[in-house]
Amino acid sequence: MSSTAPSSTALEAASSAAAATKRRARIVALTSGKGGVGKTFLSANLAAALARRGLRVLVLDADLGLANLDVMLNLQPKITLHDVFTGARHLEDAILPAPGGFSVLLAGSGLVEYSRLTPQVREQLLGIIDTVAPRYDIILLDTGAGISDVVLYSVSLADEVLIVATPEPTSMADAYATIKVLATHQQRRAIGLVVNQVSRVGEGRAIRGQLQLVIDRFVAPMLPAGDNAPRLELIGEVPLDGTVREAIQKRQLLLEAMPGVPAARAIDIVAARLAS
Amino acid sequence: MLGEPDPVGRVAWLQEVLDGLCELSSRDPLTGVWNRLQFDVALTSEIDRVARAGEPALVLMIDIDHFKHINDTHGHGAGDLVLKEVAQALRECIRPMDTLARVGGEEFAMILPNCPPAFGQAVAERVRLKVQKRTVEITPGEWIGATVSIGGAFAPQWVRSSAPLWLERADQQLYLAKQAGRNRACIEKPMVSPVSAEEKGLLFGTSQFHDQQDPQDQQDSQDSA
Repeated sequence: MSSTAPSSTALEAASSAAAATKRRARIVALTSGKGGVGKTFLSANLAAALARRGLRVLVLDADLGLANLDVMLNLQPKITLHDVFTGARHLEDAILPAPGGFSVLLAGSGLVEYSRLTPQVREQLLGIIDTVAPRYDIILLDTGAGISDVVLYSVSLADEVLIVATPEPTSMADAYATIKVLATHQQRRAIGLVVNQVSRVGEGRAIRGQLQLVIDRFVAPMLPAGDNAPRLELIGEVPLDGTVREAIQKRQLLLEAMPGVPAARAIDIVAARLAS
Repeated sequence: MLGEPDPVGRVAWLQEVLDGLCELSSRDPLTGVWNRLQFDVALTSEIDRVARAGEPALVLMIDIDHFKHINDTHGHGAGDLVLKEVAQALRECIRPMDTLARVGGEEFAMILPNCPPAFGQAVAERVRLKVQKRTVEITPGEWIGATVSIGGAFAPQWVRSSAPLWLERADQQLYLAKQAGRNRACIEKPMVSPVSAEEKGLLFGTSQFHDQQDPQDQQDSQDSA
């Protein structure tokens, strides 16, 4: 998948792992490099926006070391991925309906033993995704922060990657580090970008341009001759909006509680671009 | 007093007793530093913080060199004095936010939250030298000193590690320090940021590269924006 990488839409690059198996759902990984940029908030609300558009959506909380999608959605899961991994429960019992009309598969918080990726965990994750994929149109993988082996592995299972970043320099640097690793280790040639917490219109576009500039100069030379540098596509920008905080504190989906506010509308635009 | 209707006083008294018991169950009676139990609690909460906030944190395992020899040569009383003296030296090295504990017979441990990876070796060296400089009078007129070997490891930022994994890495470094001849500090090399200064410079537009970039690059990035 070197020079023959498709260039029609920027989100078509599939990892070898994903291409090897046939399934219906598109698998989209959301990852960020830096924590606390709103990745889980975005996963949940993006899922709600996609569900409103009639898609069957599953959010897989792949943040195995530190899952808190359940906190965000105010769910008290009795059965989690952990029980499925240990064989105590069936996968079916762990898939929960979430407010917003989508399904979630939660890792369960504090599963320290999975913060290091063993071959068993790897196989189990792959098996679970293969099993559920035919039932959904889109699966969002909410990965952990950082560039740990668990994060890189869950991203490698995805057909498409969305990097979530904020205009903060630390977030941009970590997003860049993630892009670099994905380009050099996973041969990603197309990566989506969602810029969260922008304070002015067009800030996302400027950040995308700046990241692309550094990718072209520093990442491209690291790739095998003839390979193109990864193309970063801006999928959307979400404005800094006090209502986001409000919704999170109330443990509500922004798209349910306040669908008309700018941040909610921006997320819906991201969903529209993803769905098309 | 118990018969008197003074609920406020009784609650305060009970709280004092509870605080005293907590203190008693968390301290090492000989040296006065935290004990293993309290250390494990502090380590677990530090892992939480590192995982969520991404701050760097260092754990140091500090082992007194040839402690058995001190005990065998000068007696257990002298050994106890050395332990106390080392504990005092270590106490003088820490910030209020740090955790110092005696985690084994002659082994101490420190948790240093928010310690930048670049400072790890220097921090450990300072601890080592502080101990090396001290002596303790074990019998009138007889002074002895002790040295320590130190092993340290940083928690992986943004990742929820586990206490055993983190301590295991620090222990490996302690083993290396002992192997290399004792009285030294070995710190696990922290994972270097994959983003160079030049890359950051271009990313934030503060470097000379920004001005020297060729016009074609700029054109490309504008086209795709």
